Amino acid sequence: MQEASAQQVHQHAPPEGFIRKYVFSLDHKVIGKQYYALALVAVFMGMALSWLMRFHLIWPNSKIFGLELLSKVGAPGGVMTPEYYLSLMTMHGTLMVFFVLTNAPFAAFGNYFLPIQIGAEDMAFPRFNMMSFWTTFVAFVVLVLAFVIPDGPPISGWTAYAPLSAVGSDAGPGLGWGQNLWGISIAIFCVGSLLGSLNFIATTLDLRTKGMTLMRMPISTWAWFITSCISLLAFAVLLPACVLLILDRVAGTSFFIPAGLVVSDRLQPHAGGSPLLWQHLFWFFGHPEVYIAILPAMGIVSHVLIASIRRPLLSAKVIIYSMMSIGFLSYMVWGHHMFVSGMNPFSALMFSFPTLTITIPATIMTLIWLGSLYGAKIRITPASLFALGFISMFVSGGVSGFFLAQPSLDIVLHATYFVVGHFHMVMGVAAIFGVFAGTYFWFPKMTGRMMNEGLGKWHFWLTFAGTYCIFMPFHYLGLIGNVRRYSAFVDDFLVPLLPLHKFITIAAFVTGAAQFLFLINLIHSRFWGQEAPVNPWEATSLEWTVPSPPPFDNFGGKHPVVYHDAHQYGVKGSRGDYVMQDSPETVVPES
Amino acid sequence: MSTQANTMTAAGKSGAAEAAKSGIWVGIAAITMSFAAFTSAIIVRQGSDASWQHLALPPVLYLTTLILLGSSVTLEMSRRGISALTAGSASGEGGEAAAGGLRWLGGTLGLGLLFVAGQYVAWQQLAAQGIFLATNPSSSFFYVLTAMHGLHVLGGLAALGYVLRKLAGARPALRRSAYEAVCVYWHFMGGLWVYLLLVMRMRL
Repeated sequence: MQEASAQQVHQHAPPEGFIRKYVFSLDHKVIGKQYYALALVAVFMGMALSWLMRFHLIWPNSKIFGLELLSKVGAPGGVMTPEYYLSLMTMHGTLMVFFVLTNAPFAAFGNYFLPIQIGAEDMAFPRFNMMSFWTTFVAFVVLVLAFVIPDGPPISGWTAYAPLSAVGSDAGPGLGWGQNLWGISIAIFCVGSLLGSLNFIATTLDLRTKGMTLMRMPISTWAWFITSCISLLAFAVLLPACVLLILDRVAGTSFFIPAGLVVSDRLQPHAGGSPLLWQHLFWFFGHPEVYIAILPAMGIVSHVLIASIRRPLLSAKVIIYSMMSIGFLSYMVWGHHMFVSGMNPFSALMFSFPTLTITIPATIMTLIWLGSLYGAKIRITPASLFALGFISMFVSGGVSGFFLAQPSLDIVLHATYFVVGHFHMVMGVAAIFGVFAGTYFWFPKMTGRMMNEGLGKWHFWLTFAGTYCIFMPFHYLGLIGNVRRYSAFVDDFLVPLLPLHKFITIAAFVTGAAQFLFLINLIHSRFWGQEAPVNPWEATSLEWTVPSPPPFDNFGGKHPVVYHDAHQYGVKGSRGDYVMQDSPETVVPES
Repeated sequence: MSTQANTMTAAGKSGAAEAAKSGIWVGIAAITMSFAAFTSAIIVRQGSDASWQHLALPPVLYLTTLILLGSSVTLEMSRRGISALTAGSASGEGGEAAAGGLRWLGGTLGLGLLFVAGQYVAWQQLAAQGIFLATNPSSSFFYVLTAMHGLHVLGGLAALGYVLRKLAGARPALRRSAYEAVCVYWHFMGGLWVYLLLVMRMRL
């Protein structure tokens, strides 16, 4: 227990050899890129699934080329069965929520930039960090295995409502080993997320460099820090829930399966379980999960926005406090997912109130972003466009939340496309826009090369217009009673809606195709892009003081000293209108 | 806007030592949350079931409780000797204290193993009465809670073994904060077990 050994902990030498350098790496930057790559694979898989589903909704009897190779049972002769539609829906939701929306904005960018932004050489526990990625990777493999087993993926949706998810293969396709794999995968994912969150929190608390007080941290760091606190407590609840679910399925316990349940003419050998218990445990995780996806995007967008408008936000402090209160309130609102689940109506009221309260910090943040934009000369880049797009999506998707927060309205809208439109816009697309903003902003730092701006702008406009074309009509469809989770619209009252669904499907194909522009840009720029300077955006935070890409220990063995917060724009500095966080010069306002 | 570097914040070097301490508290927060989830599951599950049957806890659990609490005492007894090792005085009087510290640490490890064995005996006793995991909701929760706690204790034992191995070598090399973190975790395991015992006794 010598002091000397304490100092060596974070000064591990650069590894030699491919495996230690790129595969089982302890370097937070490599781990961040690994998370990003995993999210990229998952997002294209999830998108392909949504294409298959959208195609099937319009042409339910048409053959899809090659689909029978994926599942002979689910798509005999290449025509998707209604059950297989549900299987694909489960996988779409699970891949997107866990492996994309949790991994990309939080784990990928957080891992790469949190330590650099606070002036640390690495995460507090590099080995845990490596383990957290590889457990997540195993979770991904286990989940995807559900595609190749004869049973196919489960049909119970990403929320895996019991008793459907608990009773086993009697209840339908994919509910045998498919559902087991799902449960095991999510349990493993929980472990990976817990390790990651633990690391983020300890790193932020203890490894900040000299002068980096909490309030001097960039908003993005704050967002990752708050998110890691939410994630720690949320996944700690989902893990026990998964354990109980798996036991109900394989060990004959009755946590979630009620007495006297007859499925496929067979009386289930379970008694007394509570299906609502699963929903309580799941949504206690599930609602904070929404903020695990969106808070990092809020942080990234704020970070990108300040550098683009060249002046501080109206109040960075209020943004940070708003994020904290969102994090706190996120634990009191889970019941608003269960308004139609048979809860006591009084509990519905109890959950409606904090749900509406949570719109207050969200609105405050939006007003701060918009107020800061007022009269600003914004530098238009793909990153700033996606940051603006985020605000647009967040508002458009968030407004419908006011309606859904009221139990009486939710009863009508709950099982319709209105909800699907709401959450796709506010948590799905908005968070992805945050990821895009972060990618265009930080790519030069991560790879040492610039991305193509023209291609990036095309990507933005196509994605922006496309996602509105897809998800805005969802609200309209929901209002006129278009139920969700149907694999085809053959009922009389749904047939007149088919033309609109066709429009949505075409928009989905075009918007999806536009994502290949992004992929091409990503790959091409990685190898042949223009070389990036140290600080291409003239930004102030510490990641822009180190070479692009940063060396193994980030700061070349030195410990940076921080003198300012990260919002010193619109000032008279020696380099122009900004002062770096590690610059000792006195800040003089320009006006 | 202050332009002075604030020297009060943790600098990179000492932060590494601090991280183990805050890391263990963060981990404890997560574990607490998990067992809070199990507890609320018991309450909700019990509320939904009119035919709930109570479970008589195997008496050996009270003995294992004493063993686990005793192991916390032995761990505290190791503190003075481990401090001598930290100071690097492995000779003379300091050497004796250090050897004593290692013995107490070894004793803690032994008691921890005894606790796990005792929990296994409790399972055997229930199984002998024909009470298994899926017999009734009480027994389901009993097995799940004891197994989950047992897994966490095994993790703690692995950590104790690691600390012991690092300290017992010819050139002891371990950060003080790592030892402290293991101590905090081990005491927490004891506290958590007392809580679980009370919950199981009152609700199951």
